Amino acid sequence: MNNLALLGDEALALGAVDAGISAAYGYPGTPSTEIMEYLQRIEQQKGKPLARWSANEKAAYEEALGTSVFGKRVLVTMKHVGLNVAADAFVNSSLLDIQGGLVLAIADDPGMHSSQNEQDSRFYSEFAHVPCFEPTSQQEAYDMMAQAFDLSEELHVPVMVRLVTRLSHSRAAIEVKPARTENPGKKAPDMKQWMLLPAMARKQWHQLLQKEKKMAAYGETTPWNPLTRGSRTGLITTGLGLNYYKENMAEMEEIPSHLHIGYYPFPENKIRELASNCDEILLLEEGDAFVEKRLRAILTQNITIKGKLSGDLPREGELNPDNVRGILGLAPRETLSVEKMELPGRPPQLCKGCPHTDTYLFIKEVVAERKESLVTSDIGCYALGALPPLMVPETIVCMGASITMAKGAAEAGMENVMAVIGDSTFLHSGLTGLVDCVSDNAPVTIIIVDNSTVGMTGGQETRLESHRFPPVVEGLGVLKEHIRLLNPLSKYHEENKKVLREELDFQGVSVIIAVRECIEWLRKQKKGAK
Amino acid sequence: MKYDIILCGVGGQGVLSVAAAIATASSIEGLKVRQSEVHGMAQRGGAVLSHLRISDAEIPGDLVPKGSADLILSMEPLESLRYLDYLKPNGSLITGGDPYDNIPNYPEIEGLHESIDRLPKSRIIPAKELARQAKNPKASNMVLVGAASSTLPLKMESLKKAIELLFQRKGKEIIEKNLHALDLGANS
Repeated sequence: MNNLALLGDEALALGAVDAGISAAYGYPGTPSTEIMEYLQRIEQQKGKPLARWSANEKAAYEEALGTSVFGKRVLVTMKHVGLNVAADAFVNSSLLDIQGGLVLAIADDPGMHSSQNEQDSRFYSEFAHVPCFEPTSQQEAYDMMAQAFDLSEELHVPVMVRLVTRLSHSRAAIEVKPARTENPGKKAPDMKQWMLLPAMARKQWHQLLQKEKKMAAYGETTPWNPLTRGSRTGLITTGLGLNYYKENMAEMEEIPSHLHIGYYPFPENKIRELASNCDEILLLEEGDAFVEKRLRAILTQNITIKGKLSGDLPREGELNPDNVRGILGLAPRETLSVEKMELPGRPPQLCKGCPHTDTYLFIKEVVAERKESLVTSDIGCYALGALPPLMVPETIVCMGASITMAKGAAEAGMENVMAVIGDSTFLHSGLTGLVDCVSDNAPVTIIIVDNSTVGMTGGQETRLESHRFPPVVEGLGVLKEHIRLLNPLSKYHEENKKVLREELDFQGVSVIIAVRECIEWLRKQKKGAK
Repeated sequence: MKYDIILCGVGGQGVLSVAAAIATASSIEGLKVRQSEVHGMAQRGGAVLSHLRISDAEIPGDLVPKGSADLILSMEPLESLRYLDYLKPNGSLITGGDPYDNIPNYPEIEGLHESIDRLPKSRIIPAKELARQAKNPKASNMVLVGAASSTLPLKMESLKKAIELLFQRKGKEIIEKNLHALDLGANS
């Protein structure tokens, strides 16, 4: 299987397989989704590793802890904002006596190609006191996995591997190495180190701080943090910043002294060594100004530091081969000089024939009839209904927030409050909010747009099939007569409007389930059946 | 040898298949390839861009720098003009001529074609019509690969082999139709 052209996500997945994982858990989210999809293809072909989507990222992470306590290696995958959901499990897990190597593969999305923020997961690795590897190529994504798992078992801590969109979704050929065998199942020797009761957690915290010294020592010697001597300008690159430096290197008059950071905790001694021979430090960091912010604390001398905080690089969006030229002392490249036409944008939109369009059309008309209303919405394809021409959702914050925000608004006195949430998002983070609504009998109308799949990320399975939703909702205490199933087709438009009107008029919890399959998913099913 | 390509179009037009065909052909010739793709939200009926870099030496990154593309290959005229900043001063632009009109403010097609014609090295290909001739309306994208074949630093033979590999699972008929589309594009 040599010389495969793989996405960064796929290279990482294969690296995990060849590092001997027994299982992988995750929740879909761009740009991380293809990691699990690749593992599932391998599972289909070879019968292992077990590769499963979970109901949400926290569930995924905890399922992985269960694998580790039995001594087996396990990978967890999610997008950057998924770690906000899994943060409780993640941060606490660093206090455990990790047995089977546990690696969290996390994909950040600088530039927000498909996300609601640009948060940089390196802050989380520091916050939880765990090591983090950061590849700059598909090959490194593959290679780093073996070391991440080894380090996890050596230090008995979880390890993070951070990808970004451009690497997750770029292809290159990689060379693979011989695969390691799986660990045998063996229960952790000292279960006291898996119980975070205060008395034990204090001991574990003390231990973690000792482990942290070893993590830092590793950073000073690992070849992933190479330091090379050059001119009296010092350059620090992290992540894809390295690639964009290399792209421009040939045009630079002098080759700077250079430290690349591919592993964190970053090597403070190497940074001091670099600075001692330099008059200024330039930083190319993909993501937030993580290293830059900490540089002042490490370097006590008077030295110029140029990066995102100093305004020498844009703070927003991704780095690229062009926006790093200024800080490297290079003029913009010459481009074709022609008179350019003003072009209209082409934003993403709901597919033609999408069931969500029909749902929004009847909501829109009922909203127009009411004096006051609020439509909260959520994360998924249906968020695209916020754009013209539909423009129905009025809030989009984070997974599950539609239901809970609707409750808050209704309890603050707003009338005609509706929450639009997808089937997978409902299972991910909507159930708990519905419990609150039922407990307090909040006057909200929750509209579950059930298209039988996780649409936005390319059609992964929803954890429960459509027919299971009504009993789940009823089981949580929603009155049967206010659980309304409907089919969002234009021929039922008037009937659907009537249902919504009735439920808005009811001063209690209503759940309308609009069931119709995603057309992309249907197309895929038909293709698969051929 | 270093050859940078900007591939563009609208989500669903087969930009990724074009990237896969050219990347596979490059690998067949023993060249190194890096290819950046667009997945997820950005893909749904929106503008889609893929960077494809081919070289006989190590390629430092996945993105084509501005002013460095040897070729812009676009499925559609409006999208072909969106990334002109990437084109080298002597780079080529090849685009399908038929508009993909899914926005309310799509410009007049004549104006778009004029802007394209004004570029030093540009060609507008009646890709839809040629795909129809190949009896495979979905193969407009392969018509465009064919149209680019004389500009690409690749042998026609490698492109054909790549198409055979990519459509292997779909059977002989689909392979033949796509090869026909490739040929019609090459002769356009």
